[in-house]
Parts: sequence; structure tokens; C-alpha cells
Amino acid sequence: MIRFILIQNRAGKTRLAKWYMNFDDDEKQKLIEEVHAVVTVRDAKHTNFVEFRNFKIVYRRYAGLYFCICVDISDNNLIYLEAIHNFVEVLNEYFHNVCELDLVFNFYKVYSVVDEMFLAGEIRETSQTKVLKQLLMLNSLE
Amino acid sequence: HMSSTLSVCKGIVVCSMLGLLDYTAEQREMLDPRSKKGLLAEQVRQPNPIRLRDLIRQIRSAKTAAEERSVVNKECASIRLTFREEDSVWRCRNVAKLLYIHMLGYPAHFGQMECLKLIASPRFTDKRIGYLGAMLLLDERQDVHLLITNSLKNDLKSPTQFVQGLALCTLAAIASPEMSRDLADEVERLLKSSNAYIRKKAAICAVRICAKVPELMEMFLPATRNLLTEKNHGVLITGVTLITSMCVQSPDTLEHFKKTVGNLVRILKNLVMAGYSPEHDVQGVSDPFLQIKVLRLLRILGRQDSQASETMNDILAQVATNTEATKNVGNAILYETVLSIMDIQSETGLRVLAVNILGRFLLNVDKNIKYVALHTLLKVVHQDNQAVQRHRTTILECLKDADITIRRRAMELCFALINPSNVRTMMKELITFLEKSETEFKAVCSSKCVTAAEQFAPNIRWHVETLLKVIIAAGNNVPDDVVACIIQLIAESGEAEQRYAVEELWQRLTVAPLDVQPLLQVATWVCGEFAHLLNTGETLRVSETEVVEVYQRLLWSSLCTSVTKQYAITSSMKLATRMPQATALVAKMVSAYGSHLDVELQQRGLEYTQLFTRFDSLRGPLLERMPPFERSRLRVSQEAAAATAAAAGGGAPIANGVQEHSNNSVSNASTVNNNESNALLDLLGGMDEQSTKPTSKLNDNATISNNDPVTAAGVPKIPGMNADILDLLGGFDTGHPTVSKAAIGDTGGTAATTVNGASNNILDGLLNNTNNYNTTTLTNNAINTNSSLINSTQPTTLTNTGDYGKLTAYERHGVRLVLSFERQESLSIITLVATNSSSAAITDFLFQAAVPKSLQLQLLTPSSTSLAPSASLTQLIRVNNPNKAAIRMKVRLSWSADGVPVQDQCEVNNFPTALWQY
Repeated sequence: MIRFILIQNRAGKTRLAKWYMNFDDDEKQKLIEEVHAVVTVRDAKHTNFVEFRNFKIVYRRYAGLYFCICVDISDNNLIYLEAIHNFVEVLNEYFHNVCELDLVFNFYKVYSVVDEMFLAGEIRETSQTKVLKQLLMLNSLE
Repeated sequence: HMSSTLSVCKGIVVCSMLGLLDYTAEQREMLDPRSKKGLLAEQVRQPNPIRLRDLIRQIRSAKTAAEERSVVNKECASIRLTFREEDSVWRCRNVAKLLYIHMLGYPAHFGQMECLKLIASPRFTDKRIGYLGAMLLLDERQDVHLLITNSLKNDLKSPTQFVQGLALCTLAAIASPEMSRDLADEVERLLKSSNAYIRKKAAICAVRICAKVPELMEMFLPATRNLLTEKNHGVLITGVTLITSMCVQSPDTLEHFKKTVGNLVRILKNLVMAGYSPEHDVQGVSDPFLQIKVLRLLRILGRQDSQASETMNDILAQVATNTEATKNVGNAILYETVLSIMDIQSETGLRVLAVNILGRFLLNVDKNIKYVALHTLLKVVHQDNQAVQRHRTTILECLKDADITIRRRAMELCFALINPSNVRTMMKELITFLEKSETEFKAVCSSKCVTAAEQFAPNIRWHVETLLKVIIAAGNNVPDDVVACIIQLIAESGEAEQRYAVEELWQRLTVAPLDVQPLLQVATWVCGEFAHLLNTGETLRVSETEVVEVYQRLLWSSLCTSVTKQYAITSSMKLATRMPQATALVAKMVSAYGSHLDVELQQRGLEYTQLFTRFDSLRGPLLERMPPFERSRLRVSQEAAAATAAAAGGGAPIANGVQEHSNNSVSNASTVNNNESNALLDLLGGMDEQSTKPTSKLNDNATISNNDPVTAAGVPKIPGMNADILDLLGGFDTGHPTVSKAAIGDTGGTAATTVNGASNNILDGLLNNTNNYNTTTLTNNAINTNSSLINSTQPTTLTNTGDYGKLTAYERHGVRLVLSFERQESLSIITLVATNSSSAAITDFLFQAAVPKSLQLQLLTPSSTSLAPSASLTQLIRVNNPNKAAIRMKVRLSWSADGVPVQDQCEVNNFPTALWQY
């Protein structure tokens, strides 16, 4: 299962942090910093996986943003890589050509995108069309 | 109505417990939507709080961290103020701002209560932010759950699907055991809802609830099975997830869901066969996420179940052959399929297909694919070594990859692939790798090289050559036991290999940089011990002055550690006896050390000077050639390495000294017989109680560590031995050398007669030889030397191969120990098979055991100390039971699972009685 999802920029600023495991605040902050440290030093010649504590991080970089998913060692790395891409495609569609600022100013909407696609550390919905439809309906209720 | 009143009361209680009494009035107000108390008044008193957007801008425009902090602090203060003023119009905005601040890493827990108020608000926007806040600021450990449970209960009953959705989402994120119990009924109801959007959220909620309170699993079973008949992929994927998590948790449920294998196969078949469906297509593959979930569940259901495995064989073959492998998605599915094939009881053909898929992965240009291939091959290699061997060249290529994670995996895999037929080529590659690798690899890699060389060496010459290459390539990053291991190997090899080693190491010694300690230690030891080969060879002719010069360079260098110098100074003493012309030079060099700042070196200096002056006549015999060591096995674990490091800190060279003395005592006083030696042992006991204690303890308990000189049993021995050594040297000066020296020798001899493999090896480690001075006692013993042990494990006429059955001695923390038995007269041979049933990689596995006094126990080297998931290791245990007593055993286990240390113990009392009643 997914232990946490992080979106960070290259400078290490958190753009989204979703935790599926209980951590204390200090611990969360430490994890954020550690993830940033291990992920940003890697470049294109490296794999998209980092062994991290007792878990592993599957990450993808889109422009200046790192999308990191921390999963169990026994999980399928490749499909989580695909899940990240799926998520980013939904964001892109939702924000019409998404950029970092969209995520900053609409951070609470990004959380609802996450909640539509993942839940309690499990993949919940993978169809982009369905997710987008739900999100638009949510917006119309505001 | 009753229940809502009740929960308000509960809410008040909790609030007062938390010291939040001032919220209780508002709490009541919150539940009363008619109240609009003081709204206008508030607005007049305070300027409007800034908008979220403006706050984000302000924070972003902060140029330094300090500036950002001050913006945040100011805003937090104003948010706190509005919270206190019970103003509800800005609550949503304020909480949203607070959540942003929280995301940046600032504390925001004072907003928890405000989130609860927002959740209770009838407005959807409020609820949305409120629930988001609850998910971010609360987790199952907070005390506010009584408050939120009631809101959740109401919202789960809401007519609006989005409100229900929000509540389910939050419940799935923060449910505690109590909440799970309170709300399980609601979730079960929603699992049967007609709305797919709600059903899938409820399914994941159920995953969380079952994980928190396993007893609740049963009530979800009927609704869960129905989820598999769905057409909606979202519901299917969550349904499969729910079943998977239930099956992992409970073996009974696993049995229950065995019936669904057919359904799952059909779902998978439909996915594979289905044409293009835009909704679930990912780069030409139909819903890979669902396919993978189904494959994973099939794996769990098919594990150790031949019938279920047979049902899924065909579809697995179909997925494995039909999936497009050009894109990452396709490979993700193939990867999951391979895992399933290897895990269930699949046909051989299918397994070959699976390993070939991994072989293709290895050739993929995509690093990620390569990585998972190596990772998986590492799991598979224990099951199907031959199939993996075919991809050896590709795996060797991966040693040169730019990515460190790939190199690490490849290295581990290479070591797993070494066998007698490929050891030469594999070792060559691995040594090249060792030379070029990062420091963090070197210790592990060199240890593994040594183990592999020991296991598979085609001949001694190759073995010596390889170990020398390893130690040269690894530089300073060699675990200390490797040094001892190489010395031992050279010492026990034939003259030709020794000559080769001397020539090679002498060359190295003259040119080696002085900051590489392990090589220098081996080189000085060998050049000292076999100094006569330095100038008798056909190619090598070194003059005495040359040798002494090299030693001087080393001894006076500040780059060499004290341990290396201890090696060197003892070695130079040997030089002096083997090369008479060097004596004067060495005496001069050694005497200078009498005033060295390092206490160890100073002591050596003083003692050795004595050997040039007062006891010159003893020098020759004392420093004679070492007898060949008895073989002690090498266990290359970090723990052992650390312990050796401690011992080697001052122990190793001293031990050399002792052994030379004891040699002398034997050659001088060869008339010492058994009776006398016992008397001498008593004498020693009187002299120094501390030194005999560990020995007698070993005699009594027969507590044995892993036949390793430096683990548990070895450690307490070391101080004792040092004490002996001090006695010995003291005795030296008082002019009774023979008595005390003989006593030392015989401590060794007597300990060895405890028929105790460990103590035997301890002495191997410390004295390096046990059998030379007291051969009779040792050979009388049924199980003393390892060589005789190994021979006797071959089935002989004495072997009683009667079936004693198998015994599962231990099964916890993902490790299972199964014992099987054999008996030869009074000797029971127990084969221990330890299996890793967890998904964690186990390293440093250590099995220790103790038996009652009347039994004698010996543990042989385990086949490995690390266990990949589902891999096994074996270890032989020999129990000698001359008195036919009931066999009992206390077992202590330790290992690290993915780096987390685990320790456990158990007692085994149910050995088959036929082992001693015959």
C-alpha cells in the first residue's frame, strides 16, 4: 500500500503531502527533508526508485516538480510509476495545462484530486474521465 | 434525536477533558443551524481576514526563511484570534489558510476543533475544507474522535452522494478502532449502495476497518463477494483490494475466497481479450491497474494450493505471452505476472517463460525495468538457479551500470550465481567491480568474495591468489576477519603457494602505500613467518638489510595503525631468527619500541628485547614456524566483523605471541602428559580465577555459539585469555616460564576436550592452533575436528536413516525453523532449515542453541546468513548423547529484517524420542 504521497519542488518546498500512515509532525517534516535529499540528487541515468528506510519511493519528475509515492517493498514499482503519470495527466486536464502555481494556489483542490484517485493508501479510481467528471461536479457544488 | 443529544454530551466531556471548555458553548451553537449570534457585531469589530490567495502571495514573496516565518506567525496569531471570537463567517477561509501553513511545515493543531465545526456546517464548501482539515490535522491517535464520529455518522446518511463521499473518504483516512466499530454498519450498508461512486469508497473504507478491527471482517464478506460481479472497473479494483487485504489478514477468509478464483480468472481474461475501451485504456493496455490487482490476488490465492494454481495456469500464460512489452505499463503487468508465476505452484514451462521475461527485462534500455528484473531474479535465484544462470553475462554487464541501485542488485545476484563451474570468471568480474566500486560496497563485496572463494575455490593456489587480489582491491574497507582468514589460508597451504604468497606480498610490501592496513598486516605476517623463502627462491633474492629497511619504513610511519605495527614488530622478530644477519638490526629496531607511547607496542618492545638479552637462548625455539592451523570457518557478518575488530584491536598480535610461547613449551617440555597438565590447569585456576571461569562455564553448559570464534561464547573468553597472557609474561620474568606456559597450552587442550565445537574454535581464533601440543586428547574425541565432522556426515554404515519425521521448532516474525533428524549411534544429526516467509530481506541470521549438561552440542556453519524472501538456509546441528538422555534445546535467534534487528528465543522439547530410546 501507499505510505505517503509527496509533491515537492526542486527547492524542497512541499506542494502536497498526503499521509496514509501515522507519523508525528516532526517525523513528517524529517521524512519530507529526507525524501527531498535522496530524490533530487538523482538524474536521468538513474532508476525512478529509491530504497528508503523499510519502504521504497517511486518518483517521477515533471519540470521542477517531483511526484513521490512511498510504497511497501513488495509493491509493484512499475505500476506506481504509471499511477503517478495517470495522476499528473488528471491534474493537467483539470487545471488545463497545469503548472506549479496552479498547485500552490489551489492546494485544497489538489488534495481532492488525490482523494478521488487514491484512498487509504490504495488505488481507488484509475479512469481519468470518471475522476474528472466527479471533480467538476464537486466544483459546481461550491 | 436521542443519539445526537448523547453525542453532544460526550462532546462536552471530551472538550472539558482537553481543557477546551470555551468551545462547548459554540459546540452547541454549531449544532443549531438557526443561531446566527453576533455575526454583524464581529464584522464591525475586526477588519476582514485576508484571503487565502493573498496569504499565499505574501508567503511566496518572502525572500528569506525568517521573513516567511514572520508572515506565518503574524497570520497564525490573527487566525487564533478569530477562532477565539467564535466568528463563523471566516472560519472556512481561516482553516484553509491554516492548512496551507501546515503544509509548509508549521504547527497548526490549534485548528483541529475548527475543522470539526466546519464538518458540522450544512454548507458543502465548509464541509469540504473541514474534512480536508480533519484528514490533514487529525489521525487515529487524537482524542477528538467522539466529536467527529457523530458528524460522520450523519453525513454517511446524507442524501447527497458527495457528502457521503467526503465522509467515507475521511473515515478511510483516519478511522481508529473505536470509530471502526461505531461506523462499520453504515459502511456495510453503503457497500451495497446502488451508486458505484459510493460503493468503491465504501470498499476502501472497509479495508481500513478490517485492518483496524479484524473481528469486523465477517460482516463484510457477503457484500464483498458481490463486488466481483460488477462491471464498473473502479468498483472491481476496490473490491479486489478489499479481498486481498482480508486474505492477507486471515487464513480463514483466504479459504473462503478460494471460490472466487474462477471469477478472477474470468475478469482477467475479459481484460486481456477486450478490445480498445477509451475509458480504461492506458497506452494501449486495458486497465493495467486492475489487471495487476487481480494478478496479485491470484498469487495470494494460488500460493501452496495446487488446485487453485492449476485453474490460473492458462490465464497467466496468456497474460505473459499476449502483453505488449514495449511500454512501461505492459512491463508492469508482465512483472506482476512473473511474480505470480514464481509464487504459485505453476508448471515448469511457465516458470521458464517467467525467467525468460526477466531475461528480456535485463536487456531493456529502461533502467527501471532492468532494476525490477534484477530485484526479482534475486528472489527467484534460490528456486531456479539454472534458469537464472542463462542470463549471467547480462547480469555481469549490470555491474557496470551508472545507477548505484542497479549495481548493488547486480552484485548480490552475481554472488548468488557463483558455482564451482563459473567461479573463476565470476570472481574475476567481481574483483574488477570491487576495485572500482564505491566505499560503501567494498566491505560487503570483499566479505562475500572471501566466502565465495572459500566455498568454490577450485584449488588452493587460485584461492590464495584470489584472496590477495580481494584484499588489494578493497583497500582499507575489509572486515578484520578477512585478514585472519587469508593468513590462515596461506599458513595451511603447501610450500608452493606459500612461496607464491611471499613473492607476491613482498613486492606489495615494498611499494604499497602505508595507509592501507589490511594488506600490510597480511604481508608482514607472511613475510615474517616465511622469511626463509625471501632469499632462497629462484626469482626472489632479498638481502637482510633490504628487508629491515622496509620494516623500518613501516614501523616509523605515522600512517600505519598500531595494530599493523604490532603485526610488523612480531614479524620482524621472526625475521631475526630466520635471517641471522638481520638479528642485530632487528634487535636495535625492536629495542627502540621499549619506550613507545602506545602501550601495546611498548610491551612488545620490552618483551622482545628480553628475548635478545636475558633469554636469548629461548628466542629460536619460541619463534619457530607456526604449525598449520586447524581450519576455522569464516562467518562474514557485520556483527562478527565488529567483534573481530574489538578482538583484533589488541588481541590478534598478542595471540600470535601466546601461541609462539605455547609452541615453545611443548617443544621444550614435551614430556608433559595428561595428568600433569590437569594439575597445571588447577594451578592456573588458583592463580587466576577469571581466566578459568569462561572455560568452566563452557564445560558446564555446553552453550555454543555459531561455531564462530568471535560471537557470544567467544567474547567472554577474550578478556580471560588476555589475563592468561599477562600471567604468562609475568611468569617469564620470574624465571618459571615452563610452568605457566604449559598451563596456557593446557587450558587450550582441556577446553578442547569438552567436545565442544565452539570452544575449539575459540581457541582456533585466539591461539590459532590447538592440536599440536595435545594431539592425543583431541583425536580421542569423537567430534573435535571439523574435518572429521565433515567426513562423518557422509552416510556410513552406522547411520540410522530411520524416519524421525520433521519438527517445526519455531514460526514467528516471518521465520520458520524446521528440524529433520538422523542418528548415528549416540550422535543425532539435526538438519535445520530456516525459511523466510516474510517479504522482508533477512540478513545476519544467527542461530544459537544450548542443551542440557549431559549432551554435547555442535553447530556447523549455516549455508548462509541472509535470507531473501521465501528463501531458506540450512545448518547442521550435531548432538552427542552418550547417556541417552532426553534431548531438549534452548534456542536463541537473531536477525535483521530489512535492517530492523529482531531477537527471539524458544525452547524445543518435542524432539522425537526415538533419537535417544533405541
